[in-house]
Amino acid sequence: MLEFVLERYNYWIVIILMMTGLYIVFSRGNLVKKLVGLNLFQTSVFIFYITLGKVAGGTAPILIGGHGGGHGEDQGEDQGGAHGEGVQNGGSYGSDAAHANDLASPVDGAQDAEPAAHGDGAGATYEAAADHGNDAGHAAADAAHGAAEVLYSNPLPHVLILTAIVVGVATTAVGLSLAVRIREAYGTVEEDELDAMDYEAEFGVPEPEGARS
Amino acid sequence: MSPELALPAAFLVPLMGLFGIWAGAKVSDNVREAATLITGGSLFLIVLGLFTAVGAGARPEWEAFEVIEGLPLAFRIEPLGALFALIASGLWIVNSLYSIGYMRGNEEKHQTRFYMSFAVAIASAIGVAYSANLLTLFIFYEILTLSTFPLVTHKGDDKARNGGRIYLGVLMGTSIGLLLPAIVWTYAVAGTTDFTLGGILAGKVDEAGPVLPLLLALYAFGIGKAALMPAHPWLPNAMVAPTPVSAFLHAVAVVKAGVFSVLKIVVYIFGIDLLAETGASDLLAWIAGGSILLASAIAMTQDNLKARLAYSTVSQLAYVTLGAMLATQMGVMGGAQQIAMHALGKMTLFMCAGAVYTAAHKSNISEMAGLGRVMPVTFGLFFIGACSIIGLPPLGGAWPKFFLMLGSADAGQTALIFILMISSVLNVIYLLPIPIRAFYMAPDGRDGANETGEGRALIQWHAMKEAPLFCILPPTLTAAGCLVLFFYGGALYDFLLPIIGGA
Amino acid sequence: MAGPVESYSLVDQLPALQVVVPLVAAPVTILMPKGRVPWAWASLVAAATFAISLALLHQVAAYGPISYELGGWAPPWGIEYRVDLANALVLTLVSGVAAFVFPYSYRSVISEIDENQLPLFYAALLICMTGLLGVAITGDAFNVFVFLEISSLSTYALVAMGGRHDRRALHSAYNYLVMGTIGATFFVIGVGLLYAATGTLNMADMHDKLAGMETRVVEAGFAFIVVGIGLKLAMFPLHLWLPNAYAHAPSAVSAFIAATSTKVAVYVIVRFLFTVFYTDSSFEQAALSYVILPLGVVGMFAASLVAVFQSDVKRMLAYSSVAQIGYMLLGIGLGSVDGVSAALVHLVNHALMKAALFMAVGAVMLRLGSRHCDAFAGLAKRMPWTAAAFIISGLSLIGVPATVGFISKWQLLKASFGGDAAWAGFLIVASSLLAVIYIGRIIELMVLREPPTEGPHAKPVAEAPLEMLLPMWALVAANVYFGLNTELTASLAMRAAEALFGVGGGQ
Repeated sequence: MLEFVLERYNYWIVIILMMTGLYIVFSRGNLVKKLVGLNLFQTSVFIFYITLGKVAGGTAPILIGGHGGGHGEDQGEDQGGAHGEGVQNGGSYGSDAAHANDLASPVDGAQDAEPAAHGDGAGATYEAAADHGNDAGHAAADAAHGAAEVLYSNPLPHVLILTAIVVGVATTAVGLSLAVRIREAYGTVEEDELDAMDYEAEFGVPEPEGARS
Repeated sequence: MSPELALPAAFLVPLMGLFGIWAGAKVSDNVREAATLITGGSLFLIVLGLFTAVGAGARPEWEAFEVIEGLPLAFRIEPLGALFALIASGLWIVNSLYSIGYMRGNEEKHQTRFYMSFAVAIASAIGVAYSANLLTLFIFYEILTLSTFPLVTHKGDDKARNGGRIYLGVLMGTSIGLLLPAIVWTYAVAGTTDFTLGGILAGKVDEAGPVLPLLLALYAFGIGKAALMPAHPWLPNAMVAPTPVSAFLHAVAVVKAGVFSVLKIVVYIFGIDLLAETGASDLLAWIAGGSILLASAIAMTQDNLKARLAYSTVSQLAYVTLGAMLATQMGVMGGAQQIAMHALGKMTLFMCAGAVYTAAHKSNISEMAGLGRVMPVTFGLFFIGACSIIGLPPLGGAWPKFFLMLGSADAGQTALIFILMISSVLNVIYLLPIPIRAFYMAPDGRDGANETGEGRALIQWHAMKEAPLFCILPPTLTAAGCLVLFFYGGALYDFLLPIIGGA
Repeated sequence: MAGPVESYSLVDQLPALQVVVPLVAAPVTILMPKGRVPWAWASLVAAATFAISLALLHQVAAYGPISYELGGWAPPWGIEYRVDLANALVLTLVSGVAAFVFPYSYRSVISEIDENQLPLFYAALLICMTGLLGVAITGDAFNVFVFLEISSLSTYALVAMGGRHDRRALHSAYNYLVMGTIGATFFVIGVGLLYAATGTLNMADMHDKLAGMETRVVEAGFAFIVVGIGLKLAMFPLHLWLPNAYAHAPSAVSAFIAATSTKVAVYVIVRFLFTVFYTDSSFEQAALSYVILPLGVVGMFAASLVAVFQSDVKRMLAYSSVAQIGYMLLGIGLGSVDGVSAALVHLVNHALMKAALFMAVGAVMLRLGSRHCDAFAGLAKRMPWTAAAFIISGLSLIGVPATVGFISKWQLLKASFGGDAAWAGFLIVASSLLAVIYIGRIIELMVLREPPTEGPHAKPVAEAPLEMLLPMWALVAANVYFGLNTELTASLAMRAAEALFGVGGGQ
């Protein structure tokens, strides 16, 4: 049990950060503090993605077999189909150190390493791939075998999270500038006071005591 | 004009009339009124042509366009619809004449809007009459509600606003809340909403289950225009409108569109055989019976003449619903005839009420004592109309009562015959005293003494103070109609025979 | 159609152009002088975008789905733009509404925001449209998030621009930002979990990989996505950000986002529920019948009820939007082809009516400077065309025949009764009656009251300018036209729903 928990320490970090962030968003009355909470919340998701990207025994994505061929839709589908299992096996073949693979099975990059692996999935171990495959398949399989001890970082989540960070920065910027504008217009950034002022603007009378818990 | 061509024309003419009224109003009031009358006249001719064609066995059809896949806006004329359209368009002319007298006599405002709304209302009433499926019927039913709203709230004061709110609330509430689901449910069950002789639901629903009575109840109450209690409050509240509106819309077009829809749905969607076999309509027949008696009872308590007539209408409309719910051939026949006969009779009464209001500015019955002596024609016509509503021969109103009693007997519902008899007695009690008081009772002296002058003469020819000719002529026509239709009852029976499966 | 993009004719590039045109046009707008230039430019771009989406819709309707490989990278590795009927419909809707709202906006906008911000305003509007179009067109789950945030961020800015007129806009924009960001982040967590489970971000590919997979990871991903998008589409009770944002935003912005942004979010949830996840999986069945359907129903009633008591007309319409989204969720929750088709129809139809309604309110804002219902008293006499537009689109909202609202109701009822959910049918009509009350209230004010003779609204008032009336009436006409001819709405929506469910010839 303890091992189960400890093994997944990265997820615990994510969850704790996430909940802390959300809690701050909902509990704080100060608009700037809320934004800090929001940032924390988003950051937890960045970590989540990055931690997903760790694959034990993955390899770099090398596309073999020509650009055009690799883009053919039919072939692409087959690759996709065959590959999920192939790499998962590849992963578990090696050390069990990174639990990330429990969740993150295949890696796009590694998929590309076996362009011709038309295995039926379940039995597609690297031997199967080798049986079927051509030289490229062998090479890729060897690479996968050799890299089993390596903790490989899948670049795709990094790229995704780079985008998400940009979005996060933009959100923070917009949020903070809104806070500044609110401060200019209302003279405060405290939610309670803003609500009270809005209430008065809406109904023309001050908000009654205890209207909001 | 061939029937196929006349059918679209029946919609085109009011539409052109709408434009004509609008454009005519820019010139002068007379041109505007002429536009109304010309439109009414041409529409009547077209509808009459269609009526005779249907009588000769034709069933003109027109599919305008498809609204939702498999559900077109389509029209198909069968005898019931042809009859309703004929009555509506015929009485529109009469009513237009009357409106001219009334609206000018009372110097009402917004007359152009008034006539334009009327044109839309009549077009939608014809749409209801000629509809070939439930979707078409519903579309025109709703347009009818909306187009009459400006008429009900014509006066624009608080009372009119309140009346309008109830009017729209009840009619839209029932139609959207009950009728629409009923229609879609029917569509989901039967896969079609086409009106088909013999019904479309037979074999599609569990005949012993609760679906059939539930669906029928949804229709009966969902068609709020039929004013089946307790969906009736809109009707008395609509009486805030000018009298021509009450006379035409709330005795003919709107309310008859309601009961016509009930009848049409019972005959062409359920099929009377299905209802007779399953007994799904029994409960509703009793509710209709209750509505007849209750509304009559309420009518007796009303002092305002228009309110009394409104409750009388509620009661009389329930006759049609009752005829439909009896699910016998004679019941349906009685209901169908009631649509025609009641329209003529009740319109006479309303127009007389309006004439009294125009000439003497009186709207309460208690103030009308002795008024007949100076307005003999008006109250004479009122008497004829009242007798027709009660169902006394030789007036047209006698026939539907007769057929309804036959229908009740066929259905084995002897008690309903008694209800019909009691109701006739109640009709006598609340309608006949009005002309009798007007002719035989001395004015109560509060303010009418000088007007009626001295002496005990029944009619004081020298002191006559009748309403304008435009207010007198139209009820004369309808009263004559009541009389004539008595003698054409047989022809009407033959005409309607196909809807109950006769040759 | 699929496969490497060999030819480079313009027609083949339409899916990319759909997003690229407004995206590139936006920064250009910033450089423009204030005055009518940015407005004319944005309107032109919107019209061009509309033309592109119509071309796409035509192509998809005639020849089947289009798959566009961005940069020539084949899916599932590259980002794929995939246009099928469902999103072609949404694309057309978004760009169509833009093509009418943008031309309408000028007079309204200069009266409500700081004139110096005009170029920025139109740039933000274009970016917002870009984001919405991007969400609809993309076949990549992460891309959805990116575009969702592109549109949301610009929407926050747009809402905040109402702050010149009423400072509450700033506060609303802030709340919207917090809720919107939480929603988007939830969504991205969900996508991450799905990526972990499947190793792909391409929606079609994800669908293949998810076959038979009912693990905790997938379920958690599903839950995060539903909640995240639920926030974006204002699913009751996650709607709290919406009423204030819509009420305080500049009128033209309200008209645009009310008609499009929640609709696009609805599309996203439909996309995920029916083409990414498996409709017959136990967790989705549970979510449909125990979460989405009940929340839709509760939203229909609760929001309509709140709408009845609003005195601010824009906020009333905003609550009504929440209620209308309830209808869509109900359709989706039925989980049948009919239900989803009804939801899609209502999505389009509701956009038409809400855009017209908000535009009418915008015209009143322009002339009377108020959106309080008192300003509407006697409006039929003071601004007859605006009042008539409000009445017709209001009737459409109620669901009166010969308007689009009726078609929506009909389809929803058909789905309910046909799907053995007769109770849902009755609830739909019951909540329509609430719409009768809140719309009827305003109509009564407009038609049956005299214009106020004292108080702030007693000034003499002219009809709205023609440049506002024309686009407004174009949408009103659309409300009636599509209420009578449903070839483009109901029929296409039905085909789209069939395609989503993979029945009816895969179209």
